[in-house]
Amino acid sequence: MGFKIIGSSVNRLDAVSKVTGKAKYTNDFFEREMLCGKVLRSPYAHAVIKAIDVSEAKALPGVIAVFTSQDLPKLKYATAGHPWSIDPKHRDIEDRMILTDKARYVGDSVAAVVAQDEIIAKEALKLIKVDYEVLPHVLDPEKALEKGAPIIHEERPNNIVNDFGNEYGDYEKDFMNAQHIMEGVYDTSIVQHCHIETQTAYAYIDTDDRIVIVSSTQIPHIARRVVGQALGLSWGKIRVIKPHIGGGFGNKQEVIIEPLVAAMTIFSHGLPVRYTMTREECFISSRTRHAIKFSLKTALTKDNKLQAIHVLGISNTGSYASHGHSIIMSATSKFRPLYNFKSFKIEPKTVYTNLPAAGAMRAYGVPQMIFALESHIDDICRKLDLDPIEFRKQNLVSVGHEDPISHVVVRSIGLSECIDKGKELIKWEQKRANYKEQTGDKRRGLGMACFSYFSGTHPVSLEVAGARIILNQDGSVQLQVGATEIGQGADTAFAQMVAEVLGISIDMVHVISTQDTDITPFDTGAYASRQTYITGAAVKKAALEVKNKILTIASRKIGLQIDALDINDATIIEKKLGKEICSLGEIAMEAFYDRTHSHPITSDTSVNIRTNAIAYGVTFVEVEVDMKTGVIEVIEIYNVHDSGTIINHKAALGQVHGGVSMGLGYALSEKLMFDEKTGRPLNNNLLDYKLQTIMDTPKIGVDFVETYEETGSFGQKSLGENPTISPAPAVRNAVLDATGVSFNKLPLNPQTVFEKFKTEGLL
Amino acid sequence: MFSIKKIYQPITLAEALEIYTSNPQLKIIAGGTDVLISLHHGKLDDVELLSIKNLTELTGINYLTDGTIEIGTMTTFTEIFRNEIINKYIPILAEASVSMGGPQIRNNATIGGNICNGAVSADSAPTLFVLNADLRIVNNEGVRIVPITEFYAGPGKVKLQSGEILTHIIIKKADYKGMYGKYIKFSNRKAMDIAMLSVATLGKVKNNKFTDLRIALGVSAPTPIRCTKAESFAFNKTIKEELIKQISEKTLLNANPRHSWRGSKVYREHLIQVLTERALKEIITMSGGKWHE
Repeated sequence: MGFKIIGSSVNRLDAVSKVTGKAKYTNDFFEREMLCGKVLRSPYAHAVIKAIDVSEAKALPGVIAVFTSQDLPKLKYATAGHPWSIDPKHRDIEDRMILTDKARYVGDSVAAVVAQDEIIAKEALKLIKVDYEVLPHVLDPEKALEKGAPIIHEERPNNIVNDFGNEYGDYEKDFMNAQHIMEGVYDTSIVQHCHIETQTAYAYIDTDDRIVIVSSTQIPHIARRVVGQALGLSWGKIRVIKPHIGGGFGNKQEVIIEPLVAAMTIFSHGLPVRYTMTREECFISSRTRHAIKFSLKTALTKDNKLQAIHVLGISNTGSYASHGHSIIMSATSKFRPLYNFKSFKIEPKTVYTNLPAAGAMRAYGVPQMIFALESHIDDICRKLDLDPIEFRKQNLVSVGHEDPISHVVVRSIGLSECIDKGKELIKWEQKRANYKEQTGDKRRGLGMACFSYFSGTHPVSLEVAGARIILNQDGSVQLQVGATEIGQGADTAFAQMVAEVLGISIDMVHVISTQDTDITPFDTGAYASRQTYITGAAVKKAALEVKNKILTIASRKIGLQIDALDINDATIIEKKLGKEICSLGEIAMEAFYDRTHSHPITSDTSVNIRTNAIAYGVTFVEVEVDMKTGVIEVIEIYNVHDSGTIINHKAALGQVHGGVSMGLGYALSEKLMFDEKTGRPLNNNLLDYKLQTIMDTPKIGVDFVETYEETGSFGQKSLGENPTISPAPAVRNAVLDATGVSFNKLPLNPQTVFEKFKTEGLL
Repeated sequence: MFSIKKIYQPITLAEALEIYTSNPQLKIIAGGTDVLISLHHGKLDDVELLSIKNLTELTGINYLTDGTIEIGTMTTFTEIFRNEIINKYIPILAEASVSMGGPQIRNNATIGGNICNGAVSADSAPTLFVLNADLRIVNNEGVRIVPITEFYAGPGKVKLQSGEILTHIIIKKADYKGMYGKYIKFSNRKAMDIAMLSVATLGKVKNNKFTDLRIALGVSAPTPIRCTKAESFAFNKTIKEELIKQISEKTLLNANPRHSWRGSKVYREHLIQVLTERALKEIITMSGGKWHE
């Protein structure tokens, strides 16, 4: 499209400050006499708190405050980072309090302590006496659905958070007329984000009697609202500041500790209090990824076209609803613009259990769904002796496809080209042929998996985004957005957009990276891979407004029409002749200081986006399986994405590397484990939770097919979460190719592989 | 913040022994990579520490005139795996040392700490077991030498009396000369992980027969162990595929792995055999032997 700065690999704006340690994160800020907050957590998976005695803890020298649910307003609130819904029917489930009066998982927050330092705070926790009445607990969602199962929330005695499904087309008939009906059950495990910086925040009451919270959050404006709701305070009384953040991956698209730190400062005379989760706490008391078990049934026509699908999903949301109901909804709707099913029936169930609450995590339910679907597709192909690539290609949707339920329209799709690229990169034909008859201890195989994903949340949620630009005297600008930089590179992408529209260089765009709800334009934050697509539209709109104001002054000065002018290299030019007229700085100076017309140039605008753009991609992988030990090694891996216009190639590459590595951990090693008998977490630390290291990560190949998406402000679609979706099923399919064994539960860690090989008689 | 009540930081061994003798409640801290984790988990609240970090007498690796190799217990794993003497004479210890943790851990963690922590998964243990390493232990009254194979008492327990400090690890020439070794650490990750199981083998081959074979296992019993039954079975037998299999099976006569969520007993027993077989084949190849007909 003839862009100059869009598509170029400019350096991340925060690269130098981050690698030199200059960038400030939440815990780099200090207030005088900062106090330390700590939380007493339940040792029981399910227990009524009959009484709490905090007197001894309160009496400990150095303790400022000790409080429990008894001391807080009895307000239940929802923690999911979604835009507020004016319609009560579309609101998130309000099932949580800042501190609980009933323990629903091992780790539930029972009491809070504020002390002069951490050691005193920890000592005080030991002095709190809690009288628990232990109740039977349930960890398995299928057991939680049984009659007589422990009731986790009185409001939902059947333990079902939500079971709203969808149905479309003549589903019964399609199954009746099917040539083949295929079935499979695919299950995933509970995993965790493992962002480097755990949940952390500090709060104080300022001189105007307002609560100021500095927090590592993806969603400052939502955090402000939820703190207000949780404490029964007017929202304007709350101010949330978000500095640099050490990763979130969805786990900070949730208001987890902000209401608590606000309460801590309230109970401490407004003194500053910091609360930082330990890694062990973060594993269980922030959020996890839902384990979802999908039972799929598909109907195929005689020419091997996918005709109908039945999806039955049971999602384990743990002890609190969090994002629960909307995650399985996302999972079961974002896969639909991939294959051309004529009818479907979707029956999801989101179920409470006595486990840590599951919430938003990169790609929001879709990795679970795509693991099921793409494993199922390979199982079909193997059974019917079909080429898995050709089969997929024959069943893809095409431009113009409209989802019958959401009415989201496919306006661009480059998946077929992505598949061709991936196939060539990994040398599919040649290697598949070579690996046909293997017998040794080490066997190789190839696999692939496709995915579709959305850009933002429309039409399920509101998609509003704000941007503000201020022109400086030298022609440079400040850009402010409400969407947050969380390491994904959004600020750099936005700066490129501004530079592109205004015809200035990237170093003339200063992005105010910190969000402050008192100052920052309204935007709901970083999630759903929405920033470049949604916020990008607001940024473009603001930049166009500034450009128009600049050219208005230039037009007045020069006498040419606005349409005849443009800005190039920070110089006003006559478009047609390419003739340079004056510098942008000169116009800016007039805007500031002209005695007659002075009117400094700014724009402050927002957009409400009511479209969605479907992004696509594919993973190709080669594995080597040690048939004796069960160890699976990834030899080669390629992710090829259709994310529309790539705004910044270098940043996009980084995004894909991170996403694929997360996907490989999901495929091969990560699993949060719990003791069946007690519900206690077994491996909530980074030694026993097998997050992969760089030594485990193969070289990751990346490529793009750049379609142009008409609804994107620069032709772009989402990319943030996408790379993490398809690696797991691709690895699983490669293992199937290498060994002939279908693994239908993640992860494929050595112990699991060993057991399965034994059952299959391979060992 | 750690809940440390007091820390002594002597600079000579004599001073350290004196402090320790009069304060037997002290917990010794070397590199800190285990002690600080215990503190973090609240298992050592209000601890009084005796740091042996500044005891230069406990550092360094020496090659003595009779070929004995002496390793100071405060030597870090980074120092060990980069050391010329270790790489020349006992490369298997370098292999074990570099498998431990990640660079930051290896820069701090000491071999003495690794042993005294008593972990069944200690990466240095199986290798030191096959090397018949001796431990020099001192107290205010004198010195005693204990074979490492007799030092472990149970999971997390070693036979160190109050007032005693482990100062050196001693490996005699006869225990490494002409021997080839292989350490295999089995873990879920390639770095920053503890062993789910580990095997060290050290052997000498003459005329395609094992004239000396030692096999040690980690995470296969309440302490690291030697597979004495498999070792004596292998002695002077002609190497064949079948023999390797039999030796590997016989390792189970000494092993008794635990069943836990970290790994099942059945899987560990299977791994012991598979990994022993693989390690044996490696040392046979290194020694110029062969198992193919």
